Amino acid sequence: MAAHATVIEAPKGFVRKYIFSTDHKVIGIQYLFLAMFSVLVGMTLSVFMRLRLAWPAEKWPALQQLFPEGFAGGPMTPEFYLSMMTMHGTIMVFFVLTTAPLSAFGNYFLPIQIGARDMAFPVLNMLSFWVTLAALLVMMAALFATGGAPIAGWTAYAPLSAIGEVAGPGLGLGQTLWVISIAIFCVASLLTSLNFLATTINLRARGMSLMRMPLTVWAWFTTAILALLAFPVLLAGGILLLLDRVGGTSFFIPGGLVVSDQLIPHQGGSPLLWQHLFWFFGHPEVYIAILPGMGITSHILSTFARKPVFAYKAMVGAIFAIGFISYVVWGHHMFMSGMSPFSSMAFSITTLAVGVPSAIKTFNWLATLWGGKIRFTTPMLFALGFVSLFVTGGITGLLLAQPAIDIFLHDTYFVVAHFHLIMGVAAIFGIFAGIYYWFPKMFGRMMREGPGKVHFWLTLVGVYAIFMPMHFLGIAGAPRRYAELTEFQYLKPLESLQLFITVAAFLTIAGQFIFLFNFFVSLFRGKRAGVNPWESTSLEWIIPSPPPHDNFGETEPVVHHGPYEYSPPGEPKDYIMQTEPARQTA
Amino acid sequence: MAFSLGVFFWLMAIITVAIFLGRVWWMPELASVHGAAIDQQLILTLAIAGIAFFLAQLGLGYLIWRYRGRGEGRADYWHENPKMEVGWTVATAVVFLGLAIQGNRIWTQYVLAAPPADALTVEVTGQQFAWNVRYAGPDGRFGRTDPRLIRDADANFLGLDPKDPAGNDDIMTQNIMAVPVNRPVRVLLKTKDVTHSFFVPQFRVKQDAVPGLAITTHFTATKTGEYEIACAELCGMQHYKMRGRLLVMTDAEYQAWLKQRASL
Amino acid sequence: MATTVAPRSGKREDGANGSRNGGDRRGGNGGSGGLPQRPQTHRLGMLLALAGIAMLFIALTSAYVVRQGLGGDWTPMAMPRILLWNTAILLASSFTVEKARRALLARTEGEALRWLLLTLALGVAFLGGQLAAWRTLSARGLFLDTSPHSSFFYVLSGVHGVHVAGGLLALAFPIWSVWSAAPGVASFAGSAGLPAQVRRARWVEAAALYWHFMDGLWIYLLVLLFARS
Repeated sequence: MAAHATVIEAPKGFVRKYIFSTDHKVIGIQYLFLAMFSVLVGMTLSVFMRLRLAWPAEKWPALQQLFPEGFAGGPMTPEFYLSMMTMHGTIMVFFVLTTAPLSAFGNYFLPIQIGARDMAFPVLNMLSFWVTLAALLVMMAALFATGGAPIAGWTAYAPLSAIGEVAGPGLGLGQTLWVISIAIFCVASLLTSLNFLATTINLRARGMSLMRMPLTVWAWFTTAILALLAFPVLLAGGILLLLDRVGGTSFFIPGGLVVSDQLIPHQGGSPLLWQHLFWFFGHPEVYIAILPGMGITSHILSTFARKPVFAYKAMVGAIFAIGFISYVVWGHHMFMSGMSPFSSMAFSITTLAVGVPSAIKTFNWLATLWGGKIRFTTPMLFALGFVSLFVTGGITGLLLAQPAIDIFLHDTYFVVAHFHLIMGVAAIFGIFAGIYYWFPKMFGRMMREGPGKVHFWLTLVGVYAIFMPMHFLGIAGAPRRYAELTEFQYLKPLESLQLFITVAAFLTIAGQFIFLFNFFVSLFRGKRAGVNPWESTSLEWIIPSPPPHDNFGETEPVVHHGPYEYSPPGEPKDYIMQTEPARQTA
Repeated sequence: MAFSLGVFFWLMAIITVAIFLGRVWWMPELASVHGAAIDQQLILTLAIAGIAFFLAQLGLGYLIWRYRGRGEGRADYWHENPKMEVGWTVATAVVFLGLAIQGNRIWTQYVLAAPPADALTVEVTGQQFAWNVRYAGPDGRFGRTDPRLIRDADANFLGLDPKDPAGNDDIMTQNIMAVPVNRPVRVLLKTKDVTHSFFVPQFRVKQDAVPGLAITTHFTATKTGEYEIACAELCGMQHYKMRGRLLVMTDAEYQAWLKQRASL
Repeated sequence: MATTVAPRSGKREDGANGSRNGGDRRGGNGGSGGLPQRPQTHRLGMLLALAGIAMLFIALTSAYVVRQGLGGDWTPMAMPRILLWNTAILLASSFTVEKARRALLARTEGEALRWLLLTLALGVAFLGGQLAAWRTLSARGLFLDTSPHSSFFYVLSGVHGVHVAGGLLALAFPIWSVWSAAPGVASFAGSAGLPAQVRRARWVEAAALYWHFMDGLWIYLLVLLFARS
């Protein structure tokens, strides 16, 4: 018999410790910084977009110096606008909204919250990060590719994305690099997700039964299932698209296409096939972005309302229901695509069905607050903001789920408002809540509350000022992905809205520098955090801040309770750690 | 903090609902027959969504203010309430399913209703970045086209085969389309290059033009006047400029317009 | 605060330190009852990876079926005969890798190495045979872009081949680790505490699972591509 009370030696030397580390915590922080870099890039791209939309004819001499082609003749060219839009969407969806909530927080806290010393496959975990970084580097290369960055949107609909430079600038090398980057990213996400699943299934500490796992863990677990089964489909699509571009195949390119009097030498492919493959991945991807935020919100609401999460079992059920239904709703992106109208009906029903568990979650969050004793810390503010944004962004799904209504609203700003609020901003609020909540644990210091609150207010007011008016643009029929609205009579009255949105966006973006400043100053100057500054109950709060290399060290935690034992009557404190000895409430 | 946050959610909800109710920005005025049902369903759903939105934000704001941590004592301690959970789950499911059924009814009424045999057929072919419109002419038949014959420089945008006599009387225009009022129109939608989408906001018509497919859509205009055709699917750098004019005329005007076009 | 912790010891039966059942686990008999059973980490990880890979090929299959259904330009091509030989080689390698796996479980590492080497040789032969099949086709004038059927043949056999090549690396790793007497990396939770022999046995167990899957996958692809022709 092999008895293995092994001590995991902390690696020595800078490179093994911080660069090629197999420690899930270091990897989590690497992902977090990767996401922070990406979000800065994505945000900068949106600044360009907003400039063009607010002042389409304005000349920008300074920018012209920097990007002579993008500002050829003075004003920003429409193709430069489309490049910015494409790269903004791609970088945000893949390298921010997938990376930060799942790979960053999940890596750092999933093992700790279930009482494990590391992930199930630490070496693989390290590999996942480096593969993700490779994908990011290729994507950055696409951004600066000769001929421009791709302009086909983050959805890269074929044949625009498939027939090469003849269809427009950026569709040559830039688009090829884009496809390669996405394919690499798919591989990385697969490795990450299988690691998460194996860790959750196998490495739970004694007493950590499934129904005692924090809702964050449930969210990461479900998200990992989604990622494991969705990313391969995008990978398949990516391989075929790449071959259509460089291998002369015709998977997505039909015959007889003529662009600028040039006959495209392909035949027989199906553009709708790409849409199906893309959205079969794309819709679960939406939930990959938002589910971790839902888990974090549940966790934080309960902590700072000092009250058990309302209906834990229903919350778990709802996460799972959302996850599984998300596999059968992808067609709602294709109501106007010429797909069979009968499929549209079926997808419409499944899509409205996914709203039911989402509504359950909202009710349960409100019921969690009911009768609570709320502490308005910065993480709590962001969690409350998440609930509000989740409602606002989610409720418009009722309209977009119906093909009849989509005849008018599909591909208008209404859709832009909907998905930005729910999968963009709400998810970002989940990320911010997570950062403010876990910063003390990750870095051993508190973030300053004052700047945190200013940041919260600017961001909350700002995002509503940005995205609420987009509903009005949408209801007035403004199509998305237009470089300007000046060409159509019926869109001219809407230009003032675009100007308003741009101003709101710039103010909101300015507000984010308060966060960055707070983050880095707190990293070095923040007040020292104790073991459990928030009086939380889950396992990360029983070990030092920051945790040692092997988390729980020689001893392993034994779990006696669910994670949300707040304010139990007759107890000395208003919370019971998961590891505190059994009481009758279990 | 509690008070201001609560007030913010209330104000945000009230302002939003007020702007929608005041129709400060609203759908372009309806000008087609089938659009009435779509608008009705849109307004019904918007109303339900608006009420849910309003109540949820108001509730959130209220709870934040009401349960701000003040005074002595602890928060309540309860985990669940099966009756309430089942109640709101069933209620939501019923409302959502009802919407799905009603929405699908309107969808099928529009999509599956074939335009009558005497409907006017107009072929619309998208290209980067223009709409090519073709009428069959007196013989009622479209001439054969071949992508190999396409030459924009010679204004043969569709690759019309001169050898096919059916094509001799075809009337072709670019970025301008005329239809008679109150007569069903069938649009035969194609594209030469990438995916476009034929969008006439006032008619509540939108349909992607997918390379390799010919898709039909239809409408009946109810008001004369000039409308705009927009492209609603990203098709390249001048996507935002892909504008067509759609003229709705009386039948007499329409016939005259055709005659004038044919003589060009 | 009152917090209970348990000493981390070899007695623990669940998988948290990867030492469940120690190193003397015989193939297929599951855990030694009592506590809730958890799958072994290395197997679980491999099964999950295979689920992902399966999804990749399901997606490609659906593309295949849709593209074939579009009709028109679908001209089926005849199967190169050499594929049957390749298939036989791959089947044989499944047999040898199974031998290696069992030998490792029985603690006869020398024998296992011989079987592993044979598997490697067969795997390389398979890949060589696949390349030969590609050459046969290109000699017939059938290239990646010739027809949708040839496109799909190259894509499916290519993606499968890349996976087989990855499997070869995985099978080479334990051989290298014996020859170089390297301690090997701690590849899964708790493996750092296991003797090198046990670690290798588990590694090969996972790799064998993968190899069998590639075998079955190839037969599936062959049926998908050529059953009708």
